Amino acid sequence: MTMDAMDTVKASHIRTMIAGNAREDGRGAYDFRDIKLTAGLLQNAEGSAQAQIGNTTVLAGVKLDIEEPMPDTPKQGNLIMSAELLPLASEAYETGPPSPQAIEFGRVVDRGIRHGNCIDLESLFIEDEKVWTVFIDLYVLNYDGNLFDAGTLAAMGALMNTKVPKVEDGEAVREDRTKKMKINNIVTSTTFAKIKDKIILDPNGDEEMAADCRLTIATDGEKVKSMQKGKSGGLFKSEIEEMLGTAFNKHKGLKDILESSQV
Amino acid sequence: MGGGPNKPELVIKGKRTDGRDFNELRPIKITASPLENAGGSAYLEWGNNKVMCGVYGPKEANPRHLADPTQAVIKCRYMMAPFSSLSEHGRSGPNRRATEISKVVKEVFENVVMTKEYPGSQIEVYIEILQGDGGTRVAGVTAAAVALATSGIPMRDLPYAVSVGRIGDHLTVDFNMIEDNYSDSDMPMAIAPRNNEILLLQMDGDLTKQQVLDGIQMGIDAGKQITEIQRNALKAAYEATTK
Repeated sequence: MTMDAMDTVKASHIRTMIAGNAREDGRGAYDFRDIKLTAGLLQNAEGSAQAQIGNTTVLAGVKLDIEEPMPDTPKQGNLIMSAELLPLASEAYETGPPSPQAIEFGRVVDRGIRHGNCIDLESLFIEDEKVWTVFIDLYVLNYDGNLFDAGTLAAMGALMNTKVPKVEDGEAVREDRTKKMKINNIVTSTTFAKIKDKIILDPNGDEEMAADCRLTIATDGEKVKSMQKGKSGGLFKSEIEEMLGTAFNKHKGLKDILESSQV
Repeated sequence: MGGGPNKPELVIKGKRTDGRDFNELRPIKITASPLENAGGSAYLEWGNNKVMCGVYGPKEANPRHLADPTQAVIKCRYMMAPFSSLSEHGRSGPNRRATEISKVVKEVFENVVMTKEYPGSQIEVYIEILQGDGGTRVAGVTAAAVALATSGIPMRDLPYAVSVGRIGDHLTVDFNMIEDNYSDSDMPMAIAPRNNEILLLQMDGDLTKQQVLDGIQMGIDAGKQITEIQRNALKAAYEATTK
């Protein structure tokens, strides 16, 4: 992305601040912004949740359709994740086919949830050749950095909130949704940015623009489930070690937010 | 990953399906400058992976509004040929997976290429996977680094890439296709050998914190051999022009 003059000034200001261990909004290096998670805000979708991390807002909607299983998993439901960076969410987002950023965003959130075995896909088997496909669509409504953590919270929150329609004669009866979808595991994501030799958690939009690189880590508190580095700066092994430790420390707080959003 | 119902044995008598040890790379062969028209090129065989890589530029950025007046823009396209896999004919053109890989590979070269030398221009890196057998993105990065070097574009370092994964309790270097399909975790990385800075890092599956760190070290250790093969390829191409 090309930076205009204003961005260049802003980036250099942020880099100077971070070098002096300070952040624009007064946060500590490993503090999240305020997080708000609202689950079940849509009624037509089978599941939904909206996550806000500071001014970043991501809405996740879940739909369930009856489809054929994948040939290599005939007894399991399917999971399909996609992401839209809506033009209303930022000056920088445009209409048209999905950008590499949008594709990366959807795929990174997908990997954490898929490899975390969050959904009990076996519970989504209906009968031979018929399973539920879980469509998760991530809608970015407002961008201010750290889409990945907001996206994972929204997706996870929506899945925990999802109800499976009744099946009659092989068809979905969407009016009758009493059964909760079975969730096996809760995965959370933490994203770090590196500016010069400093590491910060939950970069906002300006910090993300000023950063040399970022690393997103998804974990269930026991294991690392997925990682994704972004931007062109490099990371040393010792820095990755520090970020992994912090990601594990942050898991419980995020999990609590997910669980308390469901009441 | 995780694979279907017919998971094969991936470890037989302490060896892998193709007879390798857990820290052993497949054979890697690189030919520098095989192409006439491209400004730089490399052909790489890594096990059964076959990768052709070509570099064009620096040239005027196109479209003009995407030009950066402070540095060169790097454009990267990783693509698997429709005939590159053992299964059915693939769709032509980049899919979502290829788009993501192109993005993270581009970021590797934004780090090492001295882009400030060429403001307003673009450098194009094309990675064509002619035959895929697990680990195509790391093969692609390793080849693209050599191609860029042959193009004469100044770089801070000659990066390589390698993948480390887990089969049961064993951290394992450089999965082949079967291991890639049925293993428990995979972690591709690209590294600048000068200071072991990590330029690309992805991971999915299931690893402990210690396994992530040990895996990175395993990649760095295996990388010494890859760096040597890259350098020898460049040397051979240079010697061929001076004869």
